[in-house]
Amino acid sequence: MSDIDLNPLKPAIESYIPLGRSGLLPALHAAQKIYGWLPEEVASEVAKSLRVPLADVHGVIEFYSLYYNEQVGQKFIRVCTDPACALKGADGLLKHLCKNHKVDAGQTTDDLSLTIEQSPCLGLCDQAPAALVDDDAETNISQNFRSYDIGVPQSLVYGSIRELTANCGEGTTTLAKYGEYSAYKKALSVKPEDVIAEVKASGLVGRGGAAFPTGIKWEGAAKASADQKYVICNADESEPGTFKDRVLLLDDPHRTIEGMCIAAYAIGATKGYIYIRGEYPFIVPVLEEALNEARMAGYLGERFDIEIRVGAGAYICGEETALFESIEGKRGFPRVKPPFPTTHGVFGKPTVINNVETMCNVPLIIEKGSAEYRKIGTEKSPGPKLFCVSGDVSKPGVYEVPFGVTLRELLEMAGGVTGKKALQSVLFGGAAGAFATAEHLDVRMTFEDLRAAGLPLGSGVVMVFDETRDMRDVLQRLGHFFAHESCGKCYPCQMGTQRQMEILNRVAAGKTLPDDMIRLQDVGWTMTEASLCGLGQTAASAVLSAMKLWPALFENGGGKTKSEKKSVAAKPRAASARKSVKAKAVKKTTVKKPVAKKTVKKAVKPSKPKAKKTATKKSTANKTAKKR
Amino acid sequence: MTETVNLIIDGQEVSAEQGRTLLEVAREMGKNIPTICFHDATTANALCRICVVEVEGQRVLQPACIVKAGAGMKVQTRSEKVIRARRTILEMLASTMDLSEAADIQQMMVEYGASSERFPDAERRESEVKDDNPMYVRDYSKCLLCWRCVQVCAEDAQYTFAINFDGRGFETQIGTFFDKAIPQTSCVMCGQCVGVCPTGALKPKREFLLEQGMSPSEISVMNTGRKQRKPR
Repeated sequence: MSDIDLNPLKPAIESYIPLGRSGLLPALHAAQKIYGWLPEEVASEVAKSLRVPLADVHGVIEFYSLYYNEQVGQKFIRVCTDPACALKGADGLLKHLCKNHKVDAGQTTDDLSLTIEQSPCLGLCDQAPAALVDDDAETNISQNFRSYDIGVPQSLVYGSIRELTANCGEGTTTLAKYGEYSAYKKALSVKPEDVIAEVKASGLVGRGGAAFPTGIKWEGAAKASADQKYVICNADESEPGTFKDRVLLLDDPHRTIEGMCIAAYAIGATKGYIYIRGEYPFIVPVLEEALNEARMAGYLGERFDIEIRVGAGAYICGEETALFESIEGKRGFPRVKPPFPTTHGVFGKPTVINNVETMCNVPLIIEKGSAEYRKIGTEKSPGPKLFCVSGDVSKPGVYEVPFGVTLRELLEMAGGVTGKKALQSVLFGGAAGAFATAEHLDVRMTFEDLRAAGLPLGSGVVMVFDETRDMRDVLQRLGHFFAHESCGKCYPCQMGTQRQMEILNRVAAGKTLPDDMIRLQDVGWTMTEASLCGLGQTAASAVLSAMKLWPALFENGGGKTKSEKKSVAAKPRAASARKSVKAKAVKKTTVKKPVAKKTVKKAVKPSKPKAKKTATKKSTANKTAKKR
Repeated sequence: MTETVNLIIDGQEVSAEQGRTLLEVAREMGKNIPTICFHDATTANALCRICVVEVEGQRVLQPACIVKAGAGMKVQTRSEKVIRARRTILEMLASTMDLSEAADIQQMMVEYGASSERFPDAERRESEVKDDNPMYVRDYSKCLLCWRCVQVCAEDAQYTFAINFDGRGFETQIGTFFDKAIPQTSCVMCGQCVGVCPTGALKPKREFLLEQGMSPSEISVMNTGRKQRKPR
């Protein structure tokens, strides 16, 4: 593979060279766009150009799922197999696809025309089952792929109010339609501290999952003295079941940009980033266009400007400090806190980082004034809230409601459980959330009521499972998700997510060992109590809640009859494939992503350096051997 | 000159200089808080979490190696929670890698009643020994990802940047650019990585060969390519 022409690379990465290391992810994206993957010569050239050590470039390529250091197919299909899509037959689709193209999941066809991978949640849960075909979203896929939608996904917006989603549901809102940034202008007419006071008075708390008071965050960054401050919009929406930010950014990008402008003015930042997950490539041109419009109109420019950063397949980068590392061109390892972002954020400078939905609340607050804003919602949970409703409901989509509606009311808006079946459970808050049951239907959805009920609001996920669903299959997928997405930094999460997955595999297969319950409890508890960041601290949250609700499910034979009857597609995967990922006899198919990536990387090009990981990772070695 | 803070560790009142970590303060009191990734010569990353302690008012356990002693803090270095976390971490380690040459960790396992059989049927991180350079061998089956080697190879000491990470999560391993052999990297054979390795995953080549049963003179042949001085 030394016939690689490096000539097209230089102009493509030229603009990133002045960024130094921080330009690494954009440069690797640009390089991969040209070559389809990242050959050694290309990685080496990128390293030299940006003056980043070779080993560090390698480390970055290895960290992010969407970078490939072995040749992959010209076409790339990523099929989501996380819970919402699994309910709609994602496993069957994947199998069908693989059979049709005579290739295993995680592998490339011999003629290098196609690679098929299983993917973690693509944020298309309201249009499940879904896949990402190169840069296009493929949604509502019928079995056998006879029909589907392809391109930019639809925005399904419902609910009882339309504040945040006023411009959503009918395609992208251009600046002409959005109108002037009147809230920003209003903010500029008062002092920055008055803006912060207004945001504080509104009671706005972060909508990304942590629910930290936005005004206090801003105040901290405003007070910190530094030559440079940053505002970052966290659009790395990757929590399984979450897709609200996708809708907000696609349909109303100016609301986010205006929110960021206001934040920048409030804290004295001159530079902003929108960090968007790599699985949303179809949003990037929309954002670029909106930023250009805002520049033309003079909202962005010398005072404050925004750069888009595209992630590369790493859930952990939604954790704020991991996101900073990613912007800085590093592996997405979360940092220890304190120090906090408000004083030591990206590049060590004071930084305000807010989720897309949080940013979208800001113009609303400034425009209306906090008193008026607080008329929406409840006293302790003021404002509008977006819920991502998916799974077994008649009308999945983004629902905007005031805080305080009950789960029952929300589900009624969504047309209830599909097919007149009874409700079994609701996954609340995402993979890092907890399960609710019919008992919780009358819980008002506010921070205070949910906390009392032991349910996390998280990122607003409401994923519904009907009475026929095998929750063990769902748990197994969640277990796999975290094992795949753990960054590997701290021990409790690095090994705990793996052990948790192994036990959940046994649970799903009905083959638990004596004391597995206690093991699962210990692992879950240790991750929760001792992990370094929010990922590890919540990686067992849903599992622990399920253990409380359905202890019988975790005993051999518990719920077995139920699952034996159905979810035939999920079964084989459940039982054998997952385990085989790690066990030495790696079977085939349905090997999940971490391995899938390696598979692609190692298997397709067996000629790479002979030092090719002589069995460093068993799975890898076996894959390679198998292919040969 | 230096400010001091008063805190309570395991029910014992103690005053400490501002800026000292809980680990330092507790050790001065003669308390034994175990550590794995922590090393005096490297930046503390608080990643092994074996040094976690319980600090009143904190939502989760806190790593003693980086948390600073604060006024009025109430710290427990060996509460039930602390022991449960440490034991589980040790058990997960034992189910993951070869700890046969990690005497400190074996000792900790005894101390915390951690069983190496706790996780049956668990995937281990196994790897063949990489013997690709004249100075040291790398046996990543013994690696517990303390990061120290990567740190001393980078900004903590040598600024060589020869090694970094492969994969992520449980699949993480120390690696070089596109898996190159050490002589093909920027490694300058300074040996600092070997010096900070706590588990024998990195080992001087000579030590490795002696363990393999080679005699010093056989090794010498390997090194010089000849048995003895040629007679004049």
